[in-house]
Amino acid sequence: MNKIVKFILLDILKNKIVVLYTLLLAVFSWSAFGMEDNSTKGILTLLNLILLTVPLIAILFSTIYIYNSSEFIELLLSQPIKRKKIWSSMFVGLITSFILAFTIGAGIPLLIYAPTNVGLMMFAIGIIISAVFVSLAFLSSILTRDKAKGIGIAVLLWMYFALLFDALVLFLTFQFGDYPIEKMMVGITATSPIDLARIMVLLHLDVSAMMGYTGAIFKDFFGTPLGLSIAFALLVLWIAIPYWISLRLFKTRDL
Amino acid sequence: MVKSLTCYFVLLLLCIGNLDAKQIHVGKNQAIKTIKAALVASGPRDTIMIHSGMYHEGNIEITQPLTIIGIDLPIIDGDRKFEVISIKSDSVTIKGLRVQHSGYATLDDPGGIKIYNGSHILIEENELFDNFFGIYILFGKKCHIKNNRIVAFGKTEDRIGNGIHAWKSDSLIIEGNDISGCRDGIYFEFVTHSLVWRNISYSNLRYGLHFMFSNNDSYITNIFKNNGAGVAVMFTKGVKMFNNTFIENWGDAAYGLLLKEISDSYIFNNKFIRNTSGIYMEGTNRITVEKNVFESNGWAMRIQASCMDNDVKLNNFIGNTFDIGTNGTLVLNNFDGNFWDKYEGYDLTRDGFGDVPYHPLSLFSVIVEQNPPAMLLYRSTMVSLLDKSEKVLPSLTPENFIDNKPRMRALPL
Repeated sequence: MNKIVKFILLDILKNKIVVLYTLLLAVFSWSAFGMEDNSTKGILTLLNLILLTVPLIAILFSTIYIYNSSEFIELLLSQPIKRKKIWSSMFVGLITSFILAFTIGAGIPLLIYAPTNVGLMMFAIGIIISAVFVSLAFLSSILTRDKAKGIGIAVLLWMYFALLFDALVLFLTFQFGDYPIEKMMVGITATSPIDLARIMVLLHLDVSAMMGYTGAIFKDFFGTPLGLSIAFALLVLWIAIPYWISLRLFKTRDL
Repeated sequence: MVKSLTCYFVLLLLCIGNLDAKQIHVGKNQAIKTIKAALVASGPRDTIMIHSGMYHEGNIEITQPLTIIGIDLPIIDGDRKFEVISIKSDSVTIKGLRVQHSGYATLDDPGGIKIYNGSHILIEENELFDNFFGIYILFGKKCHIKNNRIVAFGKTEDRIGNGIHAWKSDSLIIEGNDISGCRDGIYFEFVTHSLVWRNISYSNLRYGLHFMFSNNDSYITNIFKNNGAGVAVMFTKGVKMFNNTFIENWGDAAYGLLLKEISDSYIFNNKFIRNTSGIYMEGTNRITVEKNVFESNGWAMRIQASCMDNDVKLNNFIGNTFDIGTNGTLVLNNFDGNFWDKYEGYDLTRDGFGDVPYHPLSLFSVIVEQNPPAMLLYRSTMVSLLDKSEKVLPSLTPENFIDNKPRMRALPL
């Protein structure tokens, strides 16, 4: 397994796109923190990066990479290696490269300029979001053999989580504004990894506003150690479940 | 010659009259063991020195001008049954006592020290510990409450009174007190021409400072921190608030400063830091809010549509989630000349003011006002996009809700 992971990591490094992505993240985050005198604004810029760019690059690059590796996978399959091992090595390779990219690109400036609770939270969440979208890429690329279709699914997934989901929730809050929907809202957010991540940062960043009536409900849930663990557990599930489904499909797939 | 001699004589007599005021010592090792006995033995303008020790004497009533001074903080205990010290005379001084465990009664509101109808009363450097009301002033005039420490341990609002409670009083000075754990830290009702200066009021169950119908009072250099509902001022005119600090008043119904039906007042050079709402205004008219700092609040100011002719100028708005919130579209207030850290305009004329007006009211703050659960979506990409487009083309937010001269740099406050 180590050999395959090593090979994939080297391959990704040769590909240079992830290196470029790391550089881009670094430029954005260093300039965001360097230009503003208070770190809050830098954190906000970074939050937007994490909520939009990081998922997009992670899911798109991974999907295309998996499709392009189909011949490599077939080659490996002709060897006496278990399918699970091949698939998980691909997964580990891709996730490691994206986590490394985020850590080097955004993590270092984050920890230097904002070594606070918010900074640490952002760091953790950036890593988790990268992993979640790599995992979703595995799902979207195994769903169909058609490359164009697979990439289409990946882009749509990103669009849904990054943009559409919030619009839907906003629409719902207006439709059901007359009802006590606060607790339901907590439940709904669990169905989008980006929203979960955003709220966890929000609770640290806008703590004063979140202490209002509705905010207090979220704070009571996500702000407690139990709520925090639940939120993190949910995010880990968002990594595990898409990958697990893709693994099951890959095992039985007639390649 | 004879005339001046008579004069001297009269002066001498006066001096002797003053010298006549005696000092009575109370204590375990003194001739007089109880405060009550000392009160009986004393005449007007005498001084009673209370030595350290524990005194359980029920209700101590002072009916003539006296100076009572504690030596090494003697403890006067009300055994949770009595009002501890009742002052029913003018010109009384009480200094250096620890007054504790007053009774609890909702009808007569017993206090640690209660002033009935007195003037020129000085209450200084006492410690009021675990009383129902700390210091209660009823029809007081020219009373000076200075450097007292008032601590209570209220659990619910109905079981605990206020730290300093003043009713129908005039010309009070409340200075340098430290108040915590009461219902309201300082409570004024029908109190006029008074000064509240250098007090610290924190962790009280309801308001740090609360006043109603108390015209022409000044509140200067106080700190109100972490109170259940912040500071509330209602139905009053001629309020002057300078140099106060309002910190960490958190909760949906908690405000750094709640202004309800206030008019012709001046709020100058205060700091509002990490409150859910910095200032909340309702039915507030002709107020000047000038040179204040609003930092890291949920809403720096919430101005309801019922407010008019208020002048919000020369303030710094830094790092607030929302700068302004409102519930209507009517704008009858002025917001010119503030610094807003969210301002994204430019200054080509180099006069220190932005060339394009700033809209302090964001779309999302309007949405949240109508629909609080939407707060959950704050800072999501969708909402940021909506906010940005609204800034360019205001459709939902009132378009005249603007600062025409936003500052490019923060004021040095």
